[in-house]
Amino acid sequence: MSKSEKEPLFSGKNMKLLSTPLNDENPITVQVLGICSALAVTAMLEPAVVLAIAVVVVMGAANVIISLLRNTIPSRIRIIVQLVVIASLVILVDQVLKAFFYDVSRQLSVFVGLIITNCIIMGRLEAFALSNKPWPSFLDGIGNAAGYGWILIVVGFFRELLGSGNLWGYPVMETLGVYNIGYEDNGFMILPPMALITVGVIIWVQRSRNRKLIESK
Amino acid sequence: MKDSNTYIFLYASAMVIIVAAVLSAVATFLKPYQDLNIEIARKLDILMSVEKARELAMADDRTAYINEEYERYIVGSYVINHQGEILDDVEAFEVNVREENRKPVEQRNLPIFVARHDDGSESYIIPVYGRGLWGPVFGYVAFEEDYNTIFGVIFDHEGETPGLGAEINTRAFQEQFKGKRIFDDDGEFVSIDVIKPGTVPMNEHRVDGISGGTITGNGVDAMLENSLSSYVAYFRKQKNQNYE
Repeated sequence: MSKSEKEPLFSGKNMKLLSTPLNDENPITVQVLGICSALAVTAMLEPAVVLAIAVVVVMGAANVIISLLRNTIPSRIRIIVQLVVIASLVILVDQVLKAFFYDVSRQLSVFVGLIITNCIIMGRLEAFALSNKPWPSFLDGIGNAAGYGWILIVVGFFRELLGSGNLWGYPVMETLGVYNIGYEDNGFMILPPMALITVGVIIWVQRSRNRKLIESK
Repeated sequence: MKDSNTYIFLYASAMVIIVAAVLSAVATFLKPYQDLNIEIARKLDILMSVEKARELAMADDRTAYINEEYERYIVGSYVINHQGEILDDVEAFEVNVREENRKPVEQRNLPIFVARHDDGSESYIIPVYGRGLWGPVFGYVAFEEDYNTIFGVIFDHEGETPGLGAEINTRAFQEQFKGKRIFDDDGEFVSIDVIKPGTVPMNEHRVDGISGGTITGNGVDAMLENSLSSYVAYFRKQKNQNYE
């Protein structure tokens, strides 16, 4: 026991918790979880970024809370306890957005609420926080949420740029003047199926670069 | 012990009570901020329907700028019923258009906002509310002094498809409404139709719909028809007075 208490906060093992979900065990591209929201909010960059931040907050906090409570939670109602914790945190985030970031909250509308049903969060609570200490759980939560978030942001970047010619609402393509030489926005990029294809392309690039992900025959 | 029924009941009850207390405390604390946001958003919509608050992007303090513009241009407001009688005991800004739409038309409170432009002419702004494909669509329609010609519109929606139905909140779609008329030459109410380009020759009672956003377009069409029709009695009255 005393050995693990002495373990430094940013030990190699702990940092791994933070970094593996970004690449080797990415919740979206490797585990293929939480795809639904990745499709829904990525038509533009801004909501994608806000949702990514919201998920980081909810997941970090939920993992810590569940980890603190892990020895008291009756195993028969653990899923309900997890749900209550996640749902309360999501409502908090939603209320704060409505109070201080009203425009963004209007854009995200129901998707903030739908964080509750994001399977990544519950998956991490069940698989990690229930059996680990608060600090590693916190890192695990932040890591997985960031792994989810960066995919969201990359997808949002390409969909807004190619679909509506803007970035964060700023008309990039118009400023570059590419419309004058016959370029047109690809309206397809705004539709949900193109998010799936963009995620597919990211998975392709990732697998071709990361040897660990290539399945052996 | 941890898996005994008593423990589970106590645990669940305590958890629910704590969560409820925390959430309601936060909600109560944040309510004033949220209400202010909603109020400012509505004021901005009203202003945008008459082409005001155009320099919002450059304003340092959004809230102050919107309040200032609102004070300056929105000079009055009142509430009428569907027969066109003015109701004295209702405040126009307090009327919840969503709630009003659930009532039968005879019981609805119908708000009108009056904007005075820099040249002294007036516009009459009325809220509209309807259903799109995925959820509510809403906005404001501003009329010129003839209670017939549209001065400007602003629409928004809760969850229409981005790139398709959601285009109703873009300037390109809303610009089309300017100068359209809701009464025909015989004084009959015809509203404004949102229809597929090419089906009916362009006239002053229709605008082009959005490709791929037909159901949202139909929603806007129905919203205008329903919401504007309850004001027809009042508009007629005002027009007759003007002629006398």
